[in-house]
Amino acid sequence: MSKLRSIEEINAKIKKGNAVIITAEEVVDLVEDVGVKEAAAKVDVVTTGTFGPMCSSGVFINVGHSKPRIKIDSATLNGVPAYAGIAAVDLYLGATALPESDPGNQNYPGSFIYGGGHVIEELVSGKNVMLEASAHGTDCYPLKKISTPISLNEINEAILFNPRNAYQNYNVALNSGDKTKYTYMGMLKPRMGNANYSSAGQLSPLFNDPYLKTIGLGTRIFLGGGVGYVSWHGTQHNPSVPRNDKGIPMSPSSTLALIGDLKKMQQRWLRGLSFLGYGVTLQVGIGIPIPILDEEVMSYCAVSDKDIMAPLVDYNHTYPNRESDNLGFVSYAQLRSGEIMIKDLKVPTASLSSYAGAREIALILKDWISSGKFTLTVPSSFLPSADDGITMKPMPVSNPNSQEKK
Amino acid sequence: MIKQKVVLHFPPQLVEEPTIYYLIKEYDLVVNILRADINPDKEGRLMVELTGDEVKYQKAMQWLKKLGLKIMNLEKQIIWREDLCTHCGACTAICPTEALSMIRPQFKVLYREECCVICELCLRICPAKAMETLIDSSES
Repeated sequence: MSKLRSIEEINAKIKKGNAVIITAEEVVDLVEDVGVKEAAAKVDVVTTGTFGPMCSSGVFINVGHSKPRIKIDSATLNGVPAYAGIAAVDLYLGATALPESDPGNQNYPGSFIYGGGHVIEELVSGKNVMLEASAHGTDCYPLKKISTPISLNEINEAILFNPRNAYQNYNVALNSGDKTKYTYMGMLKPRMGNANYSSAGQLSPLFNDPYLKTIGLGTRIFLGGGVGYVSWHGTQHNPSVPRNDKGIPMSPSSTLALIGDLKKMQQRWLRGLSFLGYGVTLQVGIGIPIPILDEEVMSYCAVSDKDIMAPLVDYNHTYPNRESDNLGFVSYAQLRSGEIMIKDLKVPTASLSSYAGAREIALILKDWISSGKFTLTVPSSFLPSADDGITMKPMPVSNPNSQEKK
Repeated sequence: MIKQKVVLHFPPQLVEEPTIYYLIKEYDLVVNILRADINPDKEGRLMVELTGDEVKYQKAMQWLKKLGLKIMNLEKQIIWREDLCTHCGACTAICPTEALSMIRPQFKVLYREECCVICELCLRICPAKAMETLIDSSES
C-alpha cells in the first residue's frame, strides 16, 4: 500500500498548525461519508481514548534519604503496603494493594473502601500521604523506623508504571448462577440479571490499530492527564487470538505497558476505585494518537462499535475455574444500547469503563496536537503482533494438592 | 390530593406500635411501603409513599410528630456527587427503579431523585463512591 505521509511530515504540519486531527469516533462518520481513500488523504492523525479500571497499574516512588539514612525493608503509604524490595528509599505501590487491616471478604461482600489506587489518587491530587517505614538497620543505613507525611512535590520521583493497560477487547461478564456474584467486573445479578463490559470500543486505542502497525516502543501518549510513553507490550499480551474479517480480535488480546511522570498527571484521570466484594483498583485515562501513514491504517481507524465483537463469559463457574466455553458474542453497538438478547432473555448492560471519559480524552489529545504542544513519535521498535507466535500460558502447577479454594 | 414520599424514623418505644393501621384507618391515607428496617438499637426506619386528602395528610403528620416520630422528605436522602462520578454507568444496570440511567448518545449518567426508593444498592456498587447518603446506613 502506498505511503501517504511520514511521522516527520505529520510533525512538520503540527508545528505549522495545519495538521488535520479527528477522533476515533468522528472518523467513523467521515469514512462512511467519503470512504477510506478520501478520508486517508485528508486526515493526518486519529486520536483514541479509554478511561477504565486497570488493575495492573502502580507507581514507583523515591521518597528521598532521611537523616540518618534508612534502607527500607517494609513500608506503608496511608496504611497501604508498598513493595520495598529494591534500593533503599525506592518503593512500588500497586493499584490493588490493601491495608493489612482491611477485613477483606470476612463480612461478605467486603466494601474495600481504600487501597493502592486511592493512595495514587491522593498523591496526584497533591495531598499528604503518611509514609511509615521500618528496616533492620545497617552500618550504612542505621535508622530502623520512620514515620512522616510526604507529598508529590516533596519526593524525588513518582513514575506511574503500569505493566498491563489498554486491553484490546475484554469479556462481557454474566452470572448464570442463582446467587449474586461480586467480581472485578462489578456486581453480577443471578440468572443473567445483567451483563457488564469494559472497553471504549470504537474509541479504544488498540481497536484502532489492531495489528500494532503504528503503536510501538516509545510511542508518546496521553496518560493520566499527563504525557506518557509505551514502554513495552503489556503482560498477558496475547495477539494470536482469533480475529474477525476486519482484523479485530474476538477476545482479550494485545496489551500495553505504559510509563509516565505522575507529577504531571491529574486526579481527574487517575481515580481510586472500590469494587464491592472484590477489591480496589485504579481507573486510568489513556489516549493514543494514530498517524494515518497509509490507507490501511485509516481502514482500521474507521472501525465502529458494530464491527467489534466481545465474548459473553459466565463468571458463575466458567471464568473462576478457567474453563473455556463462552456463551457467544455481542457487538459493542449492542452493548452500548443498554440491553442485549441472550436467546430469549433480555439482559440489561452496563459499562465499567467510561465512554464519556474516553471521548473527552480523545478530544483533549486532539486539542494538544492541534495546538502544537504534543507531537508524534517514531517507535524505536515494534511490539509483537499476530504473526509473532506469542500465546498466553496458564500457571504451571505440578502439585494441585497445594491448592485451596474460597 | 397529595402524594408524598417520606421517611419515618421510629424511636425504640414506638417500633411495636401499629402506626400504619391508624394512618389508614383514621386519616384515610393510601400507604405504599417502599422499605422498612429496624437497627440493633431498636430504632425503626420506614420509607413510604402516602397519598390522600391534603388536610388529612397534614393532620396525620402532626399526629406522627406528636407521637415522637421524626419525618423527613424522602428525596435528598441519596446524593449523587457529580464531581466524583466518572460516568461509567455501572450503577445503571443495578438501580431497580431507573433513578440512575444512561443518557444516550452522550453516555452520561442521569440521576432522577424522584424515582429513588433508597434501596442503597448504588452506594455499595459505585466504584468511584459518587453516591452518598445522609442516612446512617452502617447497620442496614
